Amino acid sequence: MSYSLNPDIFAEDVVQEPTRAGFGRGLRRAGEEDDRVVALCADLTESTQMHLFREAFPDRFIEIGIAEQNLVTVASGLARAGKIPFTSSYAAFSPGRNWEQIKTTAALNNQPVKVVGSHAGVNTGPDGATHQMLEDIALMRVMPNMVVVVPGDSIEAEKATVAVAKNGKPSYIRLARDKTPIFSTVDSPFEIGKAYVLREGSDVALFGTGTMTYQLLVAAKILADRGIEAEVVHVPTVKPLDKNTILASARRCGRVVTAEEAQAAAGFGGAVAELLSEELPMPLKRIGMQDRFGESGSPTELLDYFGFTGQKIVDALADWLEKTPRYHQ
Amino acid sequence: MLEAAGSGHSAGPLGLADIFAALYFDILNIRPEEPEWPERDLLFLSNGHCVPVQYASMAEAGYFEIDELKTLRQLGSRLQGHPEREKLPGIESTSGPLGSGLSQAAGYAYSLQYIDKEPHRFVYVVMGDGELNEGNIWEAAMFAGKYKLSQLIGIIDRNNIQIDGTTEDVMPLEDLRAKWESFGWHVLEVDGHNIDSVIDACSEARAVSTRPTVIIAHTIPGKGVDFMEYNYKWHGIPPNAEQAKEALNDLRTLGGKITHEGAGV
Repeated sequence: MSYSLNPDIFAEDVVQEPTRAGFGRGLRRAGEEDDRVVALCADLTESTQMHLFREAFPDRFIEIGIAEQNLVTVASGLARAGKIPFTSSYAAFSPGRNWEQIKTTAALNNQPVKVVGSHAGVNTGPDGATHQMLEDIALMRVMPNMVVVVPGDSIEAEKATVAVAKNGKPSYIRLARDKTPIFSTVDSPFEIGKAYVLREGSDVALFGTGTMTYQLLVAAKILADRGIEAEVVHVPTVKPLDKNTILASARRCGRVVTAEEAQAAAGFGGAVAELLSEELPMPLKRIGMQDRFGESGSPTELLDYFGFTGQKIVDALADWLEKTPRYHQ
Repeated sequence: MLEAAGSGHSAGPLGLADIFAALYFDILNIRPEEPEWPERDLLFLSNGHCVPVQYASMAEAGYFEIDELKTLRQLGSRLQGHPEREKLPGIESTSGPLGSGLSQAAGYAYSLQYIDKEPHRFVYVVMGDGELNEGNIWEAAMFAGKYKLSQLIGIIDRNNIQIDGTTEDVMPLEDLRAKWESFGWHVLEVDGHNIDSVIDACSEARAVSTRPTVIIAHTIPGKGVDFMEYNYKWHGIPPNAEQAKEALNDLRTLGGKITHEGAGV
């Protein structure tokens, strides 16, 4: 195990960048590596950072306008013509609005359409609940054939985009609007379907997807000061799930926490709960939105308000950790 | 086929039979023995529920044995109730939920026109008139109009029925010609039961180099079967054994005007 963490993750001036910025660079790289890569956007080209691709490959960029159903179905036709189409919008609209078209014309049709949903999670901020997509992980992971990737930081988002361009499968990439700390490095591994142990511990296993992994690292540091050694596992691919890595850490720790900036129901925590309840039943706690919508506010305020910071996660777990014995097989 | 399946749509496929005969035996540049022939024309079926007429045409054209038609909608069949690309070679896309075929055809046509630059190939898409209720269709119409996708040819089965009644009662579509023209399309209208007219309209459509073309094909739902014609109640149901016999007799005898070796059997 040799995941190279950014050594400055706990510094006050840790480098921060939105995951969507990494996507923009990754898409341009994918376009350089393979001229079958084309990009389609629904009137949000700079917001989703597709402008980098548009500037590099204007002939392979297609403006769709505010029409998310058309966005993914035109992409399906392009895929039939041998292209690798990346589509982007806000996650609230794609896959929020066009789920059926994605299911029928990309997933069931098994075409390598790439759905990129930006501005997912409450960090979207002042736009409020309509624009804070929280149900997308659940919606996309129940779809046969679909790959679901939630990058943890902008460096990983770049790698994930390049990898998704090559995987030959319908895929979803979930991105965030607001800048978040970079915890990986250019040398950190990324492979679709792999989870990575970032910190070893045996008192509790903390599984995070997307940018919540950073908050789990913060939580683990606070817990360590209280004498609790947490294992932190980064799970950037929600589907297919890296069952072996998750089961191994769960077995070692005997208690499990999942964290995602999304509905706690049916998403990443749901996926881990399904796995453990069938293979290795043990105490589990899901950090996520508790069956409610978001609201307007600054990203920092909202992450704190809804319990998505390392400190708030520790607060939420304190009681549970005290009362819940570790499970031993 | 439909009687054996015990479910499925009767009226639409019968009304589209002449158009599909024209497509598979004249209009489309295809190789049934090589479904993925890279130089082929494409046919997208947007109203996937009409796929029985496509399966029948494909079997006649040589994509597969005619006997396989009897497996329609049965467990393990390649002939799914609604078409699936991965199940049956020659089906260009999976469809069923209405309104998404035009976009896919437009995506393919965009690729031919702007990326692959293959002006000799054409993309056809058959749509129902009822499915023009779907917003996705008009998103695609706008898109194809903007990009002047001249290798895209839409065919609307204007049979005036949908499940809940006539199209003009359920959700009026007229003025259909004016609608498509205003989206930047070249519009043709034909008798969808006149095979020569359908072939000629497609020739004209291929010659239009500045815009996409849509052909409004006026058809009679249930065409050729007296008790099904014009009756929206036959949209989504199959005939029973007795009705199937009567229907085939109607079709084989021109409604009793001629004799046929299968007549009255």
